[in-house]
Amino acid sequence: MYRYDAHDQQIVDERVAQFRDQTRRFLAGELGEEEFRPLRLMNGLYLQRHAPMLRVAIPYGLLSSAQLRSLAHIARTYDKGYGHISTRQNIQFNWPRLEQVPDILAELAAVQMHAIQTSGNCIRNTTSDQLAGVAPDELADPRPYCEIIRQWSTLHPEFSYLPRKFKIAVTGAQSDRAAIQVHDIGLQLVADSSGEIGFRVLVGGGLGRAPMVGVTVREFLPRGDLLSYLEAILRTYNRLGRRDNMHKARIKILVKATGAARFAELVEAEFAQLDRAALALPDAEIERVQAFFAPPAYEADAAEDTSLADRLEHDVAFARWYRRNTVAHKQPGYRAVYVSLKAPDQPPGDLTAAQMETLAALADAYSFGEVRTTHQQNLLLADVRQADLPALWEALAAAGFAQPNIGTLTDMIACPGLDFCSLANAGTLDIAAQINQRFDDLDYLYDLGDIRLNMSGCMNACGHHHVGHIGILGVDKKGESWYQIQLGGSSANEASLGKVLGPSVPAERVADTLAEVLATYVALREGEESFLETVRRVGIAPFKDRVYAEAC
Amino acid sequence: MTLIKDGRLIKDHWRRLGPSEPLPPAGDVIVPWARWPVEAEALQAHDGAVGVQIGPEETAEELAPILPALGAIAIEFPVFKDGRGYSTARLLRERYGFTGELRATGDVLIDQLFFLQRVGFDVLELRPDQKVQDALAALRQFSVRYQAGADEAQPLYRRR
Ligand code: SF4
Repeated sequence: MYRYDAHDQQIVDERVAQFRDQTRRFLAGELGEEEFRPLRLMNGLYLQRHAPMLRVAIPYGLLSSAQLRSLAHIARTYDKGYGHISTRQNIQFNWPRLEQVPDILAELAAVQMHAIQTSGNCIRNTTSDQLAGVAPDELADPRPYCEIIRQWSTLHPEFSYLPRKFKIAVTGAQSDRAAIQVHDIGLQLVADSSGEIGFRVLVGGGLGRAPMVGVTVREFLPRGDLLSYLEAILRTYNRLGRRDNMHKARIKILVKATGAARFAELVEAEFAQLDRAALALPDAEIERVQAFFAPPAYEADAAEDTSLADRLEHDVAFARWYRRNTVAHKQPGYRAVYVSLKAPDQPPGDLTAAQMETLAALADAYSFGEVRTTHQQNLLLADVRQADLPALWEALAAAGFAQPNIGTLTDMIACPGLDFCSLANAGTLDIAAQINQRFDDLDYLYDLGDIRLNMSGCMNACGHHHVGHIGILGVDKKGESWYQIQLGGSSANEASLGKVLGPSVPAERVADTLAEVLATYVALREGEESFLETVRRVGIAPFKDRVYAEAC
Repeated sequence: MTLIKDGRLIKDHWRRLGPSEPLPPAGDVIVPWARWPVEAEALQAHDGAVGVQIGPEETAEELAPILPALGAIAIEFPVFKDGRGYSTARLLRERYGFTGELRATGDVLIDQLFFLQRVGFDVLELRPDQKVQDALAALRQFSVRYQAGADEAQPLYRRR
C-alpha cells in the first residue's frame, strides 16, 4: 500500500496543527459558527445536536493492521468503543468531543491517516473497487490513480470552495464494484487499440435528492492527461454550478441543465485551453506510485494445496461460508475473503474496538497485514492462501465475522438513521433488526440468491437506496417512521435507479412487505434468473399488485 | 484596512471609487467594473494607474481584452464560501498572463488566505475584524504543497 514520504507526512502534520489552531480560535469565540463550519467539515467533523461524528478517510478502502489498531485505540479512547464503516470507504466515530478532535487527528497522522476533505463542499475521498489488484477481471489496478488523485485534490487551492460536495470513483475492472456511474466523476480504466492505458470519463452521476446516472464525456483519455482533464471538469463546475440553492448545486444538476453534449463541449473547450504540459503526469510518477501496490510475496505453489478441496467436501458449514463469503483471486491458490459486518445482532457496518484488533491480528496472520473496506459496509482480507481458509474461517466465526450472507438479502446497507443522524426522518437500525429476524433461514436466503438491499433514513440517501435491488427509504408521517420501498436499482455495470413500489408502509410492516416482494420473485423467476433480472423483465407491476392487494 | 502582500502588511496606494464618485485629477484608482464600458476613454487617459473591481459573476474572459490597460483587479468575495473567484484569479494569471495587482476583497478571512495566495492573489485585503497576527501565521501554516501555484512552479510529483 502507499507509504507517506516526508512530504506527505508534513502535510498531514501541518493540517493537524492548522485545525488545532482553528479549534482554539473557535472555542475562544474568535471564529464564528458559520465560518468554522466548513473548516471542521473539511476535517471530517459534524457537530449535530445529539451525536457528533468524525469521518476518517480510508483512501480507496485500504488499511494496514497498524492503522486498524490505531482506529481501535481511537474508538476506545474517544468514542464509546466502536466505529462505523460507511459506504464510501470511510470510518465514522460518533461522540468525539470537539476539544479532543485535534488529538484524534494527530493520532491518525501518526499512522499516515487523516480526515481531510471527508466532508464539506470539496473533493472528497476518492473511492475504488474493493477487489482492486486481486480481481481476475481487472485491466489495471485503479489504486495508484486514486492515490495520485488524492494528492492532487488534497488542499487544492482552486477547488476547496465548490458549490457542493464532489465525489470521484475509479475502477479498473470489467465488473463495476466502485459504482462509478453514480459519482460526480466516474473513471474506468480502459485500453485503446494500441494497448495504451487511459480512462473512460463519466460525469454527473449521484444519489441524494434527484438521483442520476452519469454520462460519458470522454471515451478515452490518455492517462497522462488525467489531472488536466479533472481540472477542466472541476473548473467548469466551480464556475457554472449553482450556488443559490444547495439542493441544486451538485454537478449532476448542471449537467442536466446544460445537457450532456453541451456540458462535454464546455469541458473539452476548457481542456483544450489548459496548460496540459504543466499538469501532465509523467510515466515515472505513475510508476513510482504503482510500485507501492505491487503484488505481495505470493507463494508460487499455493494452488497445489489439496486440503481445501477436502474440507469443502466434508464440512457443510465451511463450504457454505466459502461459497458466499470468498471470491476468486487472480493469483492461483488464493482467495479474497469478505469479513461480514452483518451479523443479525449488530447494526450493519459497526465494528467494536476489540473486533478491530482481532481483525488486525488476522490480517497479519493471513493477508499480508492489510484489510480493506467495501462499499457494502463489510471488510475484506484480499490475499488469503487457500490452505489457510479453514483456520481463518474459524477465527472469523469466533469474532462474529463469518455470517455466511455476503451478497444476500441480509447483507444490507443501512445508514445510521434516527439513532445517530439529526437529519433522519426514520429509524433504520430497528428495521435492519426486523429484517434479520424475519429472514433468518439461510437456505431461503441462498435460494433467493444475490440481492442488494439498501436503506436510507431520509432522502439524502447515504444508504444508497436508489441503487439497491430493493431500496428502503425512511419517511416521516406525522412523527412516525414509515418506509417507501423501491425496486430495480443497481450501481453495477448497467446502473439503474429503483422505481417506487407504491405508498409507504408503517414500520411494523416492512419485513412482511419484503416477504411479499420476494414471494412474487420466486413465483415469477425463470430458470436461474436473479431478483434484479426478474424485476427488469417483468417490471414492478406484479410486485405492486401482490403487495397492495390485501390493503384494498 | 489591513492589506497583506508577500506575507507583510502594506499601505494602500489605490483609491477605491464608488459607482458615481468622480475621478480625481491624478493618482491610482480602482473603479467598479460597471464603470469601464461607460468611461473607458477617461479611465485610459487618467493620470495614474487604473484598476477595476469585479464580483464573482464576472469572468476572466470578459476582462481579457482590456488587461493591458489595468494596473489592478480586485475580485470581491461577497461570502467566503463562494469559490468562483479562485478560478477567475488562476485564469487571469495563468491563461491571460495578468501581471498587475490581483487583490482579494470582501469576505476575506484568515482561513482562506493560504488558498487565495496560491491561486495568484498577491494582495489580500482582510475583513476588518480579522486578527492580523493570526492572518500572517496562516500564510505560513503549510510548508509543502501538492499542486503548483503562484508560490510553487511545479507540482510535488515533479519535485520528489
Ligand atoms: S440518509 Fe439521511 S438519515 Fe441516513 S445518514 Fe444520511 S442524512 Fe442521515
